Amino acid sequence: MFSFCTDPSTLDTFRWFACYLTTGKHMQLYFAVVVVLTLLAITAPTALLFGFGGAVAARSQIAPLRWFGKAYMAIVRGIPDIAFFMFFVITLDQFFEWIRHSIKCPDWSEPIRQGNDFIVCAAAKLPLSSTPQNVHEIYNFFLAVLTFSIVYGAFSAQVLFGAMNAVPRGQIETAQAYGMSQRQTFWRIVVPQMWIYALPGLSNLWMILTKATPLLFLLSVEDLTYWAMQLAKTVNERFSDYPHGDWRMQYFLALLVFYLILTRVSEVVFDRLTQRVSRGQGIAGGAST
Amino acid sequence: MSCWETFESYALRSLGLGERLLPRGEFTLCEHFVLIGSGLIWNVYFGLLALSSGFVLATVLALGKNSDNALLRKPSEWFIFLFRGSPLFIQFFFAYFLFLKLKPMHPVFEPLSAAWLGALIVLFFNTAAYSGEIFYGALRAIPKGDVDSANAYGFSGWPRFKRIVWPTMLRLAWPAYTNEAIFLFHSTTLVFFSGFPTWQQRGDALYYARYFADKTFNPFIPYPILAFYFILLTLLLIGIFGWVNRRLNRHLPQNARLSLKPRMNLIR
Repeated sequence: MFSFCTDPSTLDTFRWFACYLTTGKHMQLYFAVVVVLTLLAITAPTALLFGFGGAVAARSQIAPLRWFGKAYMAIVRGIPDIAFFMFFVITLDQFFEWIRHSIKCPDWSEPIRQGNDFIVCAAAKLPLSSTPQNVHEIYNFFLAVLTFSIVYGAFSAQVLFGAMNAVPRGQIETAQAYGMSQRQTFWRIVVPQMWIYALPGLSNLWMILTKATPLLFLLSVEDLTYWAMQLAKTVNERFSDYPHGDWRMQYFLALLVFYLILTRVSEVVFDRLTQRVSRGQGIAGGAST
Repeated sequence: MSCWETFESYALRSLGLGERLLPRGEFTLCEHFVLIGSGLIWNVYFGLLALSSGFVLATVLALGKNSDNALLRKPSEWFIFLFRGSPLFIQFFFAYFLFLKLKPMHPVFEPLSAAWLGALIVLFFNTAAYSGEIFYGALRAIPKGDVDSANAYGFSGWPRFKRIVWPTMLRLAWPAYTNEAIFLFHSTTLVFFSGFPTWQQRGDALYYARYFADKTFNPFIPYPILAFYFILLTLLLIGIFGWVNRRLNRHLPQNARLSLKPRMNLIR
């Protein structure tokens, strides 16, 4: 990185660290931070969308749709946490491969499940075994986003369902008295007002989502935990220009600090947001002007 | 091997008793149930001990955070922020590597790097922080009238805390505390997933479920069994905590009682 990094063994402590912390592998660690933040940035709105869909479905007049919405909330909430993550990724993966298998290899005669093995034809493998490494990584990332969105979608469905029911009855009755249709009442009255009731639950959920990101490690995405493990191991001078001992404690301390900062920043942002959405509402915090 | 024989050889496998080798080859449903159930012993061990010891520390932390004295308030606030603001997963990793560093220094630190003690300490601190925050919220929510009445009756200091403040705090906090207990039991599955190694394949329920899933490439049997056990455990917890909740609320008229609203798992 820096010009003086050519021979690290001669450097003083400060310069040594300046060089050490900018090696290629460390760049990948910093990139993993970006990956985690990207995952959060994609998952949060997607989960909110799933949650909104689930909540609307659970409120629906049509019975099967309502059952679907309620079942979605109940099932995902009832299964223990990481078991769900472990289970869901394999299931999704096998499900996608099975669909592709049915389409691409219709004349495949052998059963897909042979005893303990799950076998699909080579053309149905996801991603194809011939594709480059980074396509595999992107596919894993995509699976992770989908899994997170489905799980947190169920939780946010619960929150939004509660929030929609918390909108004061009088507001809805007034809307009906003004001759608004169901659809108009929902979009113009319920949705704009529900956020203040949903926000405490959603902020809680966001905190939990940020704290669930280390589990990406289990979904074979090369996240912070993975790189911290890689970098912190003892290396001697034969394999690296920057030999050091077992620094796993220090690296995980850094991760701990990273997550604490993330939490603190989120707390501040959510405080601001609460003030913003409580403007003009007839509740204690939002004295309307 | 009949199911009873399987039970005899594997029911206490997680404690190192019975058959040494894990089942291999054909995996029967019976083996799934027995071995995953055997692993559950560890989850219950971690959950029960962390919950009971965490309860005491949580009360102290809540009182500390509610204190007017900055010397008591600041450490409690920081402790709670530290353990609530970071993922339990990372806490486990960090603690394990910290304990490894301490190990060569003194034989006292020897057992810390084993899961039975090291992970227990992390869970203890973690649940204390979460419950501490719940208790703190409850302390702030104690009706002023209750404390005023206690003062009027001549209560003060320790008797007032023991007879009035503490029971009211518990009563108000109990529904949230029940959820915290449920989360805690769910998060015990993280222990062997993070740094802490299993010794002689003595793992918890998830460890064995993963063993089966890895061997059979079929997640559809072990994980639902795991889910079944955890739902059972959760129902048991809700039963016990519901009983305590009824006791805490028994002096109140029907309509003023707080009811439990159990929420199933969220990750922390």
